Amino acid sequence: MRENAERNPLMPEPMRIVRKYDLTESVRFFQVRPLDTQRALTLNYKPGQFMMISLAGVGEAPFSISSSPSRPGLLEFCIRRTGKVTDAIFGLKENAIIGVRGPYGNGFPFEKMEGHDIIIVVGGLGAAPLRSLVLYALDNRDSFGKVYYLHGARKPSEMLFREESFELMQRDDLICLLTVDEDDTGTWPCYKGVVTDLFKYIEDIDPENTYAAVCGPPVMYRFVIDELVKLGIPKHQILMTLERRMHCGIGKCGHCIIGSVYTCLDGPVFNYWDVLHMKDLI
Amino acid sequence: MRVFKMRKEDLREYLESLKKVGELWAPVRKGDKFVYDKIDDVDKVELKALRTILPPKKFFIPQRNTVLKYRLNNEYADPVEEVPFRILFGLHPCDINGLLILDRIYLERFPDPLYKKRRENTAIIGLSCVPDEKCLGKSTNTHYVEEGFDIALTDLDDKYLVWVSSSLGDDLVRYRIDLFDENITEDDMKQYVSWRNWRDSQYKLYYDLTGMPDIMVLSWDSPLWEELADDCLSCGMCSMVCPTCPCYNVKDITELSSDEGERIRYWDSCMYREFALVAGGHNFREARAERIKLWYTHKLKSFGHEFGKPACVGCGRCIDTCPADINVARVIKALKGEEVKV
Repeated sequence: MRENAERNPLMPEPMRIVRKYDLTESVRFFQVRPLDTQRALTLNYKPGQFMMISLAGVGEAPFSISSSPSRPGLLEFCIRRTGKVTDAIFGLKENAIIGVRGPYGNGFPFEKMEGHDIIIVVGGLGAAPLRSLVLYALDNRDSFGKVYYLHGARKPSEMLFREESFELMQRDDLICLLTVDEDDTGTWPCYKGVVTDLFKYIEDIDPENTYAAVCGPPVMYRFVIDELVKLGIPKHQILMTLERRMHCGIGKCGHCIIGSVYTCLDGPVFNYWDVLHMKDLI
Repeated sequence: MRVFKMRKEDLREYLESLKKVGELWAPVRKGDKFVYDKIDDVDKVELKALRTILPPKKFFIPQRNTVLKYRLNNEYADPVEEVPFRILFGLHPCDINGLLILDRIYLERFPDPLYKKRRENTAIIGLSCVPDEKCLGKSTNTHYVEEGFDIALTDLDDKYLVWVSSSLGDDLVRYRIDLFDENITEDDMKQYVSWRNWRDSQYKLYYDLTGMPDIMVLSWDSPLWEELADDCLSCGMCSMVCPTCPCYNVKDITELSSDEGERIRYWDSCMYREFALVAGGHNFREARAERIKLWYTHKLKSFGHEFGKPACVGCGRCIDTCPADINVARVIKALKGEEVKV
């Protein structure tokens, strides 16, 4: 963020869609680049932060950043077609100009996570924000201990970044475990079952010295958190990134308020202790 | 703080002079209520007005406000906006305290230039008040102000004590220094102290709010919220009239047969069902009871961040306005286990 008190913080900056393709039937991947090259190379953010994408005449909505700041130049988003803003985004072609502002939110505290084992647990569209963290951890591999990536989807065709995840399985510096609730293809090469079934394959971690990051549909959290607590990971080291309605991203419009906190400023990354004492979080 | 005094009969002339400095806005009568209006005839200013229908937030977060202009090809530009220099006269301490809470939201993290410009282009002249049966300012400890105004007048029978709290306020006094007297005597001080004692004794509503944030925590699962939800109409009037409700919605409005439009923001209320509804259909506060609980969490527990102060400034507008008689006084009474008369 360019810190300038006089600049209108609600002003989007123009960015170009440089590439897009479908990840699943309803989720599309967008690579976006600021028109200003200098800005493209210096735009910094943290995994877990989000940006507001603006389409003039339609409106704005918040989207997690799926790319990693360790790979500058392009911003990546995976967007599910689900409302009027995303409908309009799906109508855009390569080279279309969109408005983007941000990054916003606290992001993952990777300065605290460094030196720890990491367990990343993804369900469905939860891959959107957590892919950023996976790429960041891999690009800074020496800063972290063991890295586990657990990803569950309903069926093979609904797994976001499926091919990318298969590539991750080839690496020996992280353990990538993929599962689907139901294999309607008959050719799924990985696990079947819900994502919590994958926890039995986690071994040799030092729980006191582990951070977990979770993102998925609301129903998933309780079950995954139970497993993480069973592993012995301290509550404040179980991190999750949450979705809320947002119109400003900067702590004004109030739509993302949970209790007394603004998800856009104090979140969207919260920990399990926050969940226990703030109520209504998940 | 600098202090002057002014003879009561000189206020009219002073207000008349201020009209030459900027737009003068003050409470005037509207039916049996009061509203802030632009003053042409200073005799219309209601010095005894207690609460206006809408709080002064309307000057800083207008009910509807253009945040930017756009072309449909995603070119954006700042709105061109002339904000006249305004002098707001007659704000009571509760409303000034309300502005200080809005300042925290709008000026601290990601300062809002539209709000900032309005705040900078507005002089605040406070006026002391005598509470009625709906004022809660003594309970919320917002019945005095130490900051957030340029000038504040205390009504002492034959004169006003004039508290000057900013350089701008000092300029406004110097503009008609002939009407002000800097010679504050011991008698003035005694008169002020006795006025304070008298005025503090005039509160008909008083609740000990010590521990109220804790009581809110302990009452999370209270049946009270469901009881209130049975009465609540989700009309959102409590938010519109509350001096510390800052929330807004956003909408793009494109001119017909044009590629130009404006992104506007307009007042919203967390009491509305769709306030926390996200695309895809999940509603994070579907239940009316949850929405009421959120509103009162902000007013009685904390607002702005987890350990912020409660945002109720005791102005009594929700008491005056809610068609279902849901208001801070009723909620405080119910939470503290006192009998609730509706």
